[in-house]
Amino acid sequence: MMPVNRMVDETPVTATGLDPESAWWLRVLAETGPRREAALARLHELLVRVARAEARRRGPRVRITGPELDDLAYQAAADAVMAVTGRLGQFRGESRFTTWACKFAIFEVSAKIGRHFWRHPGVPLDAEDWDRLPDRLGLEPARESEWRQRQVFVAVVLNGVPLDTLVIELGSSRNAIYKMVFDARRKLRAALVAGGYLGHDTQERS
Amino acid sequence: MNDWPALDDFLRTDPRDVGCDQAMEMLHVYVELVAAGAPAEQQYPGIAAHLRACGPCGEDFEGLLAAVRGEAD
Repeated sequence: MMPVNRMVDETPVTATGLDPESAWWLRVLAETGPRREAALARLHELLVRVARAEARRRGPRVRITGPELDDLAYQAAADAVMAVTGRLGQFRGESRFTTWACKFAIFEVSAKIGRHFWRHPGVPLDAEDWDRLPDRLGLEPARESEWRQRQVFVAVVLNGVPLDTLVIELGSSRNAIYKMVFDARRKLRAALVAGGYLGHDTQERS
Repeated sequence: MNDWPALDDFLRTDPRDVGCDQAMEMLHVYVELVAAGAPAEQQYPGIAAHLRACGPCGEDFEGLLAAVRGEAD
């Protein structure tokens, strides 16, 4: 019997419900010793390939090229391996193991590109003209949270600051920033409909 | 022709939208369904609504789909 890696021995998925390859990954990564090391090297190789392809796919738009792009991809892959091995117990077998693992490489590339933009912003993150958005459009900030909502909306929508960059800038989460923009869009549309600028048709979902 | 229709499209929100956390939690499952040609949008309408509206999550979806399709080649 192979020794068990105590970091992952709470893995809830039983090998019987998985495709053979996913079962192999889970079994071997839960061991200790040379087989696990070889599997980690193989996982790293896969995630480097995925992270590089993803960084190249996004590279032209975010103006990251050459060694900087390769560096970003390698860091993303290394962090993704850590994320995968640290979360083995969360893999529920709803997809192939490699698809689940590749997801973390994509997330890491996203986060690192957001951080890159944060260090080299093309537009100011603390734009002075928050007031460009007229109060009568329904975003009049009465409370601190509403100021923040207005700030986020202007940064993302008017100034084109990437949402993931704002997440870093504000120490927030993508979900929280998205929710602020979502609520601002809904309020703004309601105000424009009330003002007669937009039609209130049956397709309205908000 | 003016920009009002584009603005209207941008401001529309879909109440089925599950948000970033839930969409990203299930992204690997959703991507495999799409890659297999299964009706992912019907099975997970809240995720589909979110991926249409959220640029960063949509980008992650495109990236993972490309990775899965590349792997399958």
